[in-house]
This record gives sequence, structure tokens and C-alpha cells, in this order.
Amino acid sequence: MAVETDLDQMILSIAQIMIDELKLEDVTAETFDPDIDLVDEVGIDSMDLATIALVLRDKYAVRIDEDDYPKLTTLRPISDYIHRKLSAS
Amino acid sequence: MKTVSSLLDDHWYERYKKISKLNIRSSIYDVTNRCNLRCKGCFFFSSGEHEAAPEQMDIRHWDTFVDKEMARGVNLAILIGGEPTLCLDRVEAFYKRLPTFCATNGLIKVPRDRFPDMMIGISLWGDEEAERVLRGKDTFAISSGHYAGDPHVYYLYTITPRQIGQTERVIRKIRDVGLKVHMQLLSNDEGVDGFSWQPEELIAIRAEMDAMLDAYPGTVISSKYYHEIITTGKMLGRPFGWMECPSVTQPLDHRNPAPRRLANFIRWASDLQTMHRCCTSETRDCTTCKDGAAHMSWVMVNKRAHMRTTRDLHNWIEVYEMFAKLYQFLPW
Ligand code: SF4
Ligand code: SF4
Repeated sequence: MAVETDLDQMILSIAQIMIDELKLEDVTAETFDPDIDLVDEVGIDSMDLATIALVLRDKYAVRIDEDDYPKLTTLRPISDYIHRKLSAS
Repeated sequence: MKTVSSLLDDHWYERYKKISKLNIRSSIYDVTNRCNLRCKGCFFFSSGEHEAAPEQMDIRHWDTFVDKEMARGVNLAILIGGEPTLCLDRVEAFYKRLPTFCATNGLIKVPRDRFPDMMIGISLWGDEEAERVLRGKDTFAISSGHYAGDPHVYYLYTITPRQIGQTERVIRKIRDVGLKVHMQLLSNDEGVDGFSWQPEELIAIRAEMDAMLDAYPGTVISSKYYHEIITTGKMLGRPFGWMECPSVTQPLDHRNPAPRRLANFIRWASDLQTMHRCCTSETRDCTTCKDGAAHMSWVMVNKRAHMRTTRDLHNWIEVYEMFAKLYQFLPW
């Protein structure tokens, strides 16, 4: 599977994963604010994050440590996290 | 996309922010297989859980076990039994390491010099007569003497169908000794005659619980949405039961599709190795389960489902706050 190396493209892809997995309505990958607080504003919880982490692991072969969840408060740091791990590998 | 702030005004948003990142990870522990009472309808004895495993007698194992539980991410230990106060050294193994809640029948006083701020929930099954019928004695007379005015204690009042019309007297007695109360409904595990809920009784007790919350807001720790959920067994049109229950022990949970559930939740037997199926009776029929904690958790793990309307999200916040108060994550 082709994997994005471009950070902006990755933000769009991960936004789409969130929309699909969490069945978010009235939002597209393009309109998903990468800085919106996922817990406080979108209302996701640790179970949602774990679901997203599984999909990201399958897509990017990057494992998100559960201890890192508290840092991943918006789409941007999640994308950064994956991007950094991919760049390092 | 619906966001939390688009649904809440400033007041409710502030309340929401106090709970949104609490991330409570609880598990439940049978501290002992013994009890100094034998209540009719006690799920622990009626389902044979007291014989599921021999108690771990070596206190050093309890210490290392609690360390392992914390490494597993547990940040709230809920101690049940049997009667945990029969084994205070085991209770202390939890208390000195992490936030701990101890359920008790209140007959033995937890020494406050050793456990100054441990939250204690005292089981109560009704008024004097109901207590005598179901538990063999009026435990309130003893427990209220032990704990009157204690800010870290509440009564966990299990309401039976026979208590309809009687709850106010019980709640007043609790108020008068300076304690709080949380209400739940009896699941009649032993099929005691006259103690199974009929539909019209559930309607009546819901109205009564709502009225008690309105009349005694400083004493009753509850929410009307919680009353709705436990009496109707429905949340947002979905029926409660095995396929929805959030309080199933995780390593034993092979449900498909997997429902939303409590992360890493386990209910451990007192050998510290055996796991029970869920937070309550091993043999209970899930279709008639009225377990209060399981219903509360059911709401709590379904936050986004409650982001349909402002009213739904208020309901979710109130239930979460109730839980957080019962376990001292928020002040009363
Ligand atoms: S006090 Fe609690 S554990 Fe003991 S018999 Fe009664 S319900 Fe069961
Ligand atoms: S008995 Fe109640 S708490 Fe246990 S699994 Fe069934 S529904 Fe859940």
C-alpha cells in the first residue's frame, strides 16, 4: 500500500480514517480542523483512540504506545507522531 | 461536525472539562470469600463465587499484585468481597498505593487513623424491617454509629420492590446522621418471593428516586438519567444486556461485535489469579441485571452517542459526575 510521506497529505488521510472509524458526520478530511481537541471537543475517548491506533498500525505499520495517548490530543500531533516514526525507520 | 462546545453553554462546558480527561480505569477485587452476614439475595454467595478460588493468604502477594495492577493502568481499586473489613491488611495493600473504594456492610468500623480518606460505601437494603428480613439484622443501627458525619462515606442503598413508598424514611435517616446515599435496584438473584421487579413497580420507583433527588439534593448522589436507565434498561433506544454491558472482564470478553466497554477492566477473585465474568454475579441473567455500576459505566463509555443533542450530553455529564463523586474524583 502506498504510504504518504508528506505531512499535509498524512493529516488528510488520518482525518479520513477518523471520520470513517468514528462515523463522524458533517465533516470531510478537508474541513477537519487538525488542531481541534479530540477529547474535549470531538468527544473521543481512550477506546476510540485505541481503535484509531489499530487502523493506523495496519496502514502505516507504526505502533502507538498507549502511554503516548495523552500527548495525542489533536490530529496534528498524531500525524506528526506517525510521520516521525516513519521517517526514522 | 457536532462538537462539545457547540452543544454546551459556558457553565456546562466548565463542568464537562472537569471530567473529560479523568480517564478512570477501575477494576474490582474480591478481598475475601468470607462475610460476617449472609444476606438473602447476596450475589456473591448465591452464585458460588465464594468458592471460586481459595483466598491468597500471604500479604506479600497482595502487595506485589497491586503493583502489577497499577502497571496495567488501574487507577481506581474497588474492593468488594465477601466483607473486605475482615482483612484490613489486604485493604491496606491497595489503599497505600492507589485511590481505593471499599464496599462494606458497616458492621466493622474501618479505623480512620489507618485509612484516613478511603471512600467507603456501606450496603443498605432498606428500612429496619427489610434489613431484618433480608440480612438478619438492622445493620444501619450499627453502621451509622460507626460512621456518622464521616465525609468519605456513603450508603449504597439497594432498593427492593417492597421499598416503594418507603425510601424517604430511609433517606432521611441517612441525612440525619450526616451521610450521603446512592441508590441502586435489587437484582433478585436468589428469586426471593416478591422481590423481582414488575414493570409498574419500576415506573413507580423511578418517580420516587427522582423525587428523592429533588427533595434531598445534599444527601442523594444520583442523576435522573441514571434512574431512567436502570429502571427502563434502555439508553438512547438500545436495550441493556450482555451485548452492551461495559463491565465484562476484558481477558474473558470475546463478544462479537465488541461493544464499547471499560478499558482493561477485570474482576479478580481473592486468589488474585482467577477472574470472574463481570462486575457482579457470575450466574446472573443479563436480561434482568440491574447492576447500578454497570448501567452507569454503560452511559460513561458511550460519550459520543450522547453528542446528538444538548440534553443528551447534559445527561452524560451528570452520570459521569455522579460516578466521579462516588469515587472521590470530584468533591460531593
Ligand atoms: S454483607 Fe455483602 S457480601 Fe456479606 S452477605 Fe451481605 S451482600 Fe453478601
Ligand atoms: S450480569 Fe450484568 S454486569 Fe454482569 S455481564 Fe450481565 S449485564 Fe453485565
